[in-house]
Amino acid sequence: MDSCNCIEPQRPPDDLLMKYQYISDFFIALAYFSIPLELIYFVKKSAVFPYRWVLVQFGAFIVLCGATHLINLWTFTMHTRTVAMVMTTAKVFTAVVSCATALMLVHIIPDLLSVKTRELFLKNKAAELDREMGLIRTQEETGRHVRMLTHEIRSTLDRHTILKTTLVELGRTLALEECALWMPTRTGLELQLSYTLRQQNPVGYTVPIHLPVINQVFSSSHAVKISPKCPVALIRPAGKYMPGEVVAVRVPLLHLSNFQINDWPELSTKRYALMVLMLPSDSARQWHVHELELVEVVADQVAVALSHAAILEESMRARDLLMEQNVALDLARREAETAIRARNDFLAVMNHEMRTPMHAIIALSSLLQETELTPEQRLMVETILKSSNLLSTLINDVLDLSRLEDGSLQLDLGTFNLFAVFREVLNLIKPIASVKKLHVSLNLAPDLPEYAIGDEKRLMQTILNVVGNAVKFSKEGSISITAFFAKSELLRDSRTPEFFPVPSDNHFYLRVQVKDSGVGISPQDIPKLFTKFAQTQSTATRNSGGSGLGLAICKRFVNLMEGHIWIESEGLGKGCTAIFMVKLGIPERLNEPKLPFMPKVPTNHGPTAFPGLKVLVMDENGVSRMVTKGLLVHLGCDVTMVSSSEECLRVVSHEHKVVFMDVCVPGMDGYEVAIRINEKFTKRHERPIIVALTGNTDKVTKENCMRVGMDGIILKPVSLDKMRSVLSDLLEHRVLFEAI
Amino acid sequence: MEVGQMQRRLVDYTKSLFMEGFLDAQFLQLQQLQDESNPDFVVEVVSLFFDDSEKLLNDLTMALDQPNVDFKKVDAHVHQLKGSSSSIGAQRVKNACIAFRSFCEEQNIDATLRCLQQVKQEYYLVKNKLETMLRLEQQIVAAGGSIPMIELGF
Repeated sequence: MDSCNCIEPQRPPDDLLMKYQYISDFFIALAYFSIPLELIYFVKKSAVFPYRWVLVQFGAFIVLCGATHLINLWTFTMHTRTVAMVMTTAKVFTAVVSCATALMLVHIIPDLLSVKTRELFLKNKAAELDREMGLIRTQEETGRHVRMLTHEIRSTLDRHTILKTTLVELGRTLALEECALWMPTRTGLELQLSYTLRQQNPVGYTVPIHLPVINQVFSSSHAVKISPKCPVALIRPAGKYMPGEVVAVRVPLLHLSNFQINDWPELSTKRYALMVLMLPSDSARQWHVHELELVEVVADQVAVALSHAAILEESMRARDLLMEQNVALDLARREAETAIRARNDFLAVMNHEMRTPMHAIIALSSLLQETELTPEQRLMVETILKSSNLLSTLINDVLDLSRLEDGSLQLDLGTFNLFAVFREVLNLIKPIASVKKLHVSLNLAPDLPEYAIGDEKRLMQTILNVVGNAVKFSKEGSISITAFFAKSELLRDSRTPEFFPVPSDNHFYLRVQVKDSGVGISPQDIPKLFTKFAQTQSTATRNSGGSGLGLAICKRFVNLMEGHIWIESEGLGKGCTAIFMVKLGIPERLNEPKLPFMPKVPTNHGPTAFPGLKVLVMDENGVSRMVTKGLLVHLGCDVTMVSSSEECLRVVSHEHKVVFMDVCVPGMDGYEVAIRINEKFTKRHERPIIVALTGNTDKVTKENCMRVGMDGIILKPVSLDKMRSVLSDLLEHRVLFEAI
Repeated sequence: MEVGQMQRRLVDYTKSLFMEGFLDAQFLQLQQLQDESNPDFVVEVVSLFFDDSEKLLNDLTMALDQPNVDFKKVDAHVHQLKGSSSSIGAQRVKNACIAFRSFCEEQNIDATLRCLQQVKQEYYLVKNKLETMLRLEQQIVAAGGSIPMIELGF
């Protein structure tokens, strides 16, 4: 066998070259085996590598290549066919895998490249977002500063605090070197430095307002960068440095009248202040947009805050003015009151001073009339008397009227007998009427209550005046006086549209009509009747005298009694009717259980003793006086005894709460005393309660007692219990009309 | 006589005065007014009544003695007397006075004279009785007792 199957490779000429090839192949194989190991190791470590299959493939490729090179090592020398076979197989596999891998990589490498692009893209995006974040943060911070500034500015309403705070906060927020506010002067031609941040007391620099730079700032609503050299910015001490950038913004000064919703604030303001902000020198800082925006917002807020402060100042001023006015008005009112009081005092004094000589004149003239006089003398005296009577009436009327005018007259309300008032008027008017041969008739409606609550004296005065007028102006014929209880239909009269009577449970309206057949009044004169001092000019009336005040006073009294008075007449010569309605109270229906007639058995005895009650007893009879005194002393009263009317009048004072007087002795003027006492004490609460002690309680005595204004009657002899109950009832109710 | 007996006698006597109409309830009122602060009230009033009435009766006698009798004055006096007697509770005197007054109004001289006599008589009677009663009371008080209150059955 010479033919061996071993394949003889070409023997290299060089052994060295062989050696190097051998070594290189060895290292190549080593590398080829270690690379996949590294790959596997690192890929295993990382979690995100997506192409494992490729890796496997690549690994196989490399391994096979390595194997190939490794097997190559054995082919340098003589090698068997097996080795050759193995080598071939390896090579074939390697070829297959590498082709497959090459094919695969065609697909994969673009993907890998695009991953890289994407990565770059994302990095850019991230950088951009970072930038934006930074911007937003800055804006947010700016917003926060603005809010804080606004809060500081708006937390006060004081103008100076607002401005100072603005400057301070702005300076702090923006780290400014200097911040200044220039306000327009009153003339509007200059800007004056009003507030600065660093300099404590700004000297009054002024700058003319019409500089181009200032105009530029004023015409724009934004913050404008201005040159550090312009006059408004030259407030720093000069130095060898590079001044920082300066920004100026306008601050509108709003007025109250300028608040129109649609035009705020552009068109409505004319005046601006200037705010100048300077960055620190040598800092190379620039004004950023967000800082400018901040400044603009702050300027607007300051404008609003200043206007609020201005409004507040105005309202405070207005309030102070009002207070001053109030004080002045109060003073004026007090002065007026003093003047009225002085006038009233004057009137009262004058009235008294005038009355005293008047009385002397009247009294003495009357006396003179009684003496022997020649006819001329008599005529003269009569004239004197008439004139002085007239004057006296005039004085009374004027005083009454003046008191009525300023409302200082008040009604003296009390319970009184209505029928008695009318009867009294009738009695007073009858003499005059009979002299003139006039017939006077009185008709009282049956449903009219006998007792009423009102001002008896003034009601009587009114009725008397009206009836007196009727008599005065009638030469002949008759006078009829009728009084009704006015029902509600009659209350609203078409002739008196301005009278609105309100019927109620406690009151009723008394309607009195006085009809005469005298001279009458022409319709055009009727409105003048109630005016002061006016009189109709017909000849008949000119002789009748009178001041013309009577009806005016009546009208005022009637008004005080919440009523109405008017006169109707068909014309001259046809007589006239005077009608008035007044509001009177009804005694039974008042809230207190007060009856004009005490029940025969009083249900409560009241206090059993009246300690210290001052009582006056007037009785001519010694024994009965002593017995009455004993009764009252037993009840604890402090009794003063008098035995005659003069003594009674002398002794009685407002300290005596009750006066018991005996009226049953004929010839003794107990009634007179009662009348005098009523006259003496004009105020109702000062007047003592007057009680008549009498042996008989017939109607005449009762009427007389009531007529003179006594508060009650007791039948003698009085028992202890009776006296006790009488006193307690009297003191409670102030009225007692019959106690048997 | 010891106190209890005296008191009983007083009570009987007083009761008889009321029964016979010399005194009426007004006198009781007077007695009620007498208390510690006013221990002699009744005595004082009664004495005053006596003095007053004496004077009035004298005046009346004189007035009716006149040739021209002034009935107004007479009426006034009688009125006074009536008032006094009714204040004290001397019932019969009061009634006599009432009759007297009516005759005064008629201006009947004879009748008025008769009435005057009547009044005087009644007055002296009641005076006597009252004096007796008061003396009894004084004796009781002197003996150390207290004056009993009268309860009237009517």
